[in-house]
Amino acid sequence: MTQKRRIPRLLQMVLIILGVYFSFILLFDVVLGQLIPKSLLTMYMLFVVAGVVMVFTFTEEGAQELVGPIKALVEDPSKKTVRNVVFVIVPLLAGYYTYSSMMPSFEAPMELRTIHPAPPTKFKAYGKSFNLATLENPYRKFQKEDPAKFSELVKAGGDVYIQNCQYCHGDKLDGKGPYASGLNPTPLNFQDVGTIAQLQESFLFWRIATGGPGLPAEAAPWISSMPVWQDFLTEDEIWKVILFLYDYTGRAPRSWAHE
Amino acid sequence: MFMLPAFTPVANASEAAAPAAAAPAAAEAAAPAAAAEAAPAAAAVVYPPAPKLTEADYPTIKGVNARVAVWLVAQLHLWFGAFVVAVPMFVFIIESIGMMTRDERYDNMAYEFIKVSITAYSLTAILGGLLSFSLVLFYPDLFKYLALIFKESMFAYALLFFAESAVLYIYYYGWHWLQGGNKKWVHLTFGLLLNAVGVLLMFLANAWTTFMMSPAAVDAAGVFNGNTWEAIHNFLWNPINIHRVVANVAYGGSIVGAYAAFKFLSARNNEERAHYDWVGYNANFIAIAALLPLPFAGYYLTAEMYAYSQQMGITLMGGVFAWIFIIQAVLIGALFLSANYYLWCGMGRSEGAYRYNPRIKYIAIVLVAAFLVWFTPHTLVLTNSELKSLGGPYHAYLGVFGIMPAKNTAVNFLLTFTFMSFMFYRRANKVATVSWATTGNAAQIALFTVGLINIVILGVYYGYFTNTVYKVAASIPQVLTTLIIIIVSTVIDTFMYKGAKDVAPLHWGRMSTRSQYALFLLAVSFTWLMGLMGYVRSGIRQHWHVSNIFRDASPDAYTPGLGYAANIVSIGTIIFMAMVIFVFWLSTISGKHVVAKGYWKEQA
Repeated sequence: MTQKRRIPRLLQMVLIILGVYFSFILLFDVVLGQLIPKSLLTMYMLFVVAGVVMVFTFTEEGAQELVGPIKALVEDPSKKTVRNVVFVIVPLLAGYYTYSSMMPSFEAPMELRTIHPAPPTKFKAYGKSFNLATLENPYRKFQKEDPAKFSELVKAGGDVYIQNCQYCHGDKLDGKGPYASGLNPTPLNFQDVGTIAQLQESFLFWRIATGGPGLPAEAAPWISSMPVWQDFLTEDEIWKVILFLYDYTGRAPRSWAHE
Repeated sequence: MFMLPAFTPVANASEAAAPAAAAPAAAEAAAPAAAAEAAPAAAAVVYPPAPKLTEADYPTIKGVNARVAVWLVAQLHLWFGAFVVAVPMFVFIIESIGMMTRDERYDNMAYEFIKVSITAYSLTAILGGLLSFSLVLFYPDLFKYLALIFKESMFAYALLFFAESAVLYIYYYGWHWLQGGNKKWVHLTFGLLLNAVGVLLMFLANAWTTFMMSPAAVDAAGVFNGNTWEAIHNFLWNPINIHRVVANVAYGGSIVGAYAAFKFLSARNNEERAHYDWVGYNANFIAIAALLPLPFAGYYLTAEMYAYSQQMGITLMGGVFAWIFIIQAVLIGALFLSANYYLWCGMGRSEGAYRYNPRIKYIAIVLVAAFLVWFTPHTLVLTNSELKSLGGPYHAYLGVFGIMPAKNTAVNFLLTFTFMSFMFYRRANKVATVSWATTGNAAQIALFTVGLINIVILGVYYGYFTNTVYKVAASIPQVLTTLIIIIVSTVIDTFMYKGAKDVAPLHWGRMSTRSQYALFLLAVSFTWLMGLMGYVRSGIRQHWHVSNIFRDASPDAYTPGLGYAANIVSIGTIIFMAMVIFVFWLSTISGKHVVAKGYWKEQA
């Protein structure tokens, strides 16, 4: 009876790691059509490799079986030719990787841009001071008290949005307005669960009223192209447009109070 | 006499809403009312406003960067302090277990742990002194301002330190004296007292730190108009207290785990190796047990920071410090993976482990998958071509993993499957003999399945389809589900394996050196993590000594680059680990007795 041939453990491990790597690329880049960023893939693979190595080495037998071929490659006199080939190929691969990583390119370097700027405690707009800790949307109360009036306010906010904001943020509030492709960073996608749904209305009021130039100096330089809307819209219009943003996206502003 | 009222943490972020909204504004709004109420007291003590400083008000020493000096000393003090406060907690429990089981090995292990902490205690005190001198030297006006507000608690702190030293020395030096019968109870009582004083000391020091973040009973100019208790019981005091107590135990467990690994690797015979393997196992158990509730304590603290000030919350999780949370996620990943790996390696001590070995890979798959979710950032680091291809900084599919509901779901999976690793380890050497073993196993499988489905539903539905109140609140039933899985499963296991057959005697000491390095990794990751997160906690005050009322005007009143901060923390970690190795080494030489033949004069 012949014994079933098994793939050597070292090869198994390498195949699993490569399999996961290419599965990520296949899934995101090909099937889903949204590429997986290199920085994220590197981090993902770091943990995948750690997990695979852990599974392959937690028993003594497993660890020995894994490192056995490597030991043999280094120590076994009969493997001289393979050893020489491996000892040439590995440094060459390392050199190639280093060269490709360090080679200057025409692409601008990556930047760790802070997307969510921290708001100040107070800010000035419309010639007065606003305290962000206590500032509330004066129209939010109508959502419960007078739904009909609230709908009117939302509609008015929608008009303000279509006339002023949709060019960048899009008529579906998804950040894909006609001008969006000309901007970097691209306009915020309000439909995303991680944007306005995470924020209080006072934060939105501050960002809209003071725009890019109103961003705090602590983490400069800012590269937002958001206009200073207090120069073009009234205070009321900003509050109404905020109502519209939440209403259209079906999100609720961040709040600490139970209903 | 100085007294602390009952310890009453705020239940959750939403409960804290009212004071949260009012807190930063308290400066203006509360001032007149508070001043009127506190009129009689104010007549007795008039506090000065927060000083408005200039660069010239900060003394300098040539060649010394004041911020880095205070930063490193404070961090080293905190690392040692955390260890010293934590060790008596589990020493007390281990000593109690020894008393209940009458197994002397537990008593010896508890003694060994407290022996290690004695040297660390001296280093904590030295570093504490150094920190006080550094603050007085480099930041005299800040120290004076805080000392005026906290004079009673600072004096109480100094007195309590005497009490702590006295109790610790009686507890340690009296260990072999207070043995057996009632004496052992007296000794255990000293252990309890030691813990009470240690925790009280930490709570007092926490109050000074949290006052700088969320000052209480002050007006806009920084004039203090309250009493000692109001200053202590500031908004973030209890959240920090809870977080630090839990984290300290996990951290202490990891450091004594590193101690056991150090002794295991330097053991000269099988007996020593077996002993330190057993000690290492217990230390890892302590670290994991405290690690399980730690993410929730951290989440509670962060939610409270956000509730206190959206500026602080956004700076922390979405702003300039957000990238450090990605490093934090990676380090927490390292913690969980190394703790699990140690457990899996530990199954090699048993002859029956082969039954569970094939299942380990499934646990590993879930752990790794949960980590991928755990550290996926919402805003991605993208090249320009990637940015163009994705159409923005958010990923259509991976973006959903970037917010807290996904992280909370992932961390609950991590905890549940880490517990499963522990269950497999416990079962590896046992065969259940009860007639209902199959039913018991089925009940456990059902429990895990239903629990995990519940965690996913809570995370997905409440996390993505409701408002933030429910989003934050859903984390509580998620945690409760995990806790129910752990507790009910433990109860079932306890009854199911009562009187179970051992496959064979456990081979203590039959552990690979790899597993010991996993214990080291646990300690180093913890240390580094505490340093980084400690920096973030302190750094979110940004250019304020005391948030929004006392401005930092020193040349270092800016938030340093993330790389710079990470380097300073890394240097601190290396210094601390070197000092810890020194402490371990001291414990090695203290047991050595060299007979110097012919050196001493023969006595008649």
